[in-house]
Amino acid sequence: MSTTPGTTPDATGEVAAAPKRRTTLVAAIVVAALALAGVVTWLAFGRSQGAATGPRTVAQIQEAGKVRIGVFSDKAPFGSVDSSGAYVGYDIEYAERVAKDLGVTLELVPVEAAARVEYLTSGKVDIILANFTVTEERAEKVDFAKPYLKVSLGVVSPDGAPITDVAQLDGKDVLVVRGTTAETYLEAHHPEVKIQKYEQYTEVTNALLDGRGAAWVTDNTEALAWAKNNDGFSTTIASLGPQDSIAAAVQKGNADLLRWLDDELVTLGKENFFHAAYTKTLEPVYGTDVSADELVVEGGVVR
Amino acid sequence: MPVSGLEVLLEGRNLVRLLEGLGTTVGIALASLAVALVCGVPLGLAMTRRGALVQVLTRGYVETMRIVPQLVLLFVVYFDLAREGIVSLSGTATSVLVLGLWGAAEMGDLVRGAVTSIPEHQVDSARALGLAPGQVQRLVVLPQTVRRLAPLTVNLTTRLVKTTSLVVLIGVVEVLKVAQQIIDANRFEHPEAAFWVYGLVLGLYFVVCYPVSVLARRLETRWESR
Repeated sequence: MSTTPGTTPDATGEVAAAPKRRTTLVAAIVVAALALAGVVTWLAFGRSQGAATGPRTVAQIQEAGKVRIGVFSDKAPFGSVDSSGAYVGYDIEYAERVAKDLGVTLELVPVEAAARVEYLTSGKVDIILANFTVTEERAEKVDFAKPYLKVSLGVVSPDGAPITDVAQLDGKDVLVVRGTTAETYLEAHHPEVKIQKYEQYTEVTNALLDGRGAAWVTDNTEALAWAKNNDGFSTTIASLGPQDSIAAAVQKGNADLLRWLDDELVTLGKENFFHAAYTKTLEPVYGTDVSADELVVEGGVVR
Repeated sequence: MPVSGLEVLLEGRNLVRLLEGLGTTVGIALASLAVALVCGVPLGLAMTRRGALVQVLTRGYVETMRIVPQLVLLFVVYFDLAREGIVSLSGTATSVLVLGLWGAAEMGDLVRGAVTSIPEHQVDSARALGLAPGQVQRLVVLPQTVRRLAPLTVNLTTRLVKTTSLVVLIGVVEVLKVAQQIIDANRFEHPEAAFWVYGLVLGLYFVVCYPVSVLARRLETRWESR
């Protein structure tokens, strides 16, 4: 045996130049091993989510008995998980209602902001309800339903010197976080204000607490939440600048589900559903500084 | 640091949820490690061959898996395969498959390095002493290779554990995601909770990775003294 190393399967390549036949065999074994491992993994952990990658119609969802909705699990008060492990928030209220009115069970899928479009285009979820701002760029890849929430900029100022109109900011120092909508908006539309830019959210709030500016301009939801938790400051302008709509989105071309969602908004509008959802989930965070009408959209119609 | 943030950890099922998340992390890491070992060892042995075809195939595989970021691999398998209608895998399955095949590439290169680091004269001497090629492998090359591999494999294991933090992007809720959920749910009332929650997560990762290191060190010491 020791005189015929070429025929021994476990011989090392150092012993003699390996015949080509055996090289090919080894390559084949490696490829086969990898393929086998892949298949085994798939079988063991697969639990394939049903390769239905095309958009599911309302009838198909109802037949399957379950709707998959992508939500945030760490963006309170829109979608988060409480200490008992249950999903809570404004988007969750809507998701639960959608499942109830479809007459199916609800599967909530936790999504990350950066992957929301992918979840729809790959058919991993039927609907995204994750504080999804309507933009032209996104609308090329997914179909948005009518909005159920609207956001814009807000102004936080000290109670001792409230800023209730943008005109009051003329020549004053205004604090913003670099790279935000607030920065772009003020630079384009209000060149008369002196903008102080900060890198971090915490830096800008500390600057405001220290009195280094007359006001802080940021997303109005952030403004409301921060002012609620900091005595001596209020959101004195709740809606400023460009208004963005937040809406549910479905896979591109899923006209059936889209129509159902828009009709659902009309139905829910009649019972002021989103005002109730606001009171339950957003008001505890945003306080009563502001009327729900500044944020909530009923019936899919922005007023 | 205010201690009130510490209470957040003890509230409701928060602590249990973190441990469940840790279970997911460890489960994915171990399953990936199994795939990496099963595929990586034959891959590494194949890489020590001189054939051109085997070199192109194995090198190509290892370099591809190394160059492409793991996140891209996760997205390709999770989203693109589903979009093309090939297969719609669950987040967990995707994680094990991708991390396993990535680990196999790394493991393969480790095995190749360990095998080729055994001086060729040892093989020649063993053959001259009359050992059969199988015996040379079993009695001379393999024992030394395994010893050299132990610390490298431990390193790969801890890398796999830490890389699992990426799988949250395909919807798998592991320990770090649970931590973020807890921090976010408390960000208005207990903004300082982040310190405690991340501190605990740091501790949990340590608790998982440290025993593996200890085990490897023990093995090395035992082999050395033999």
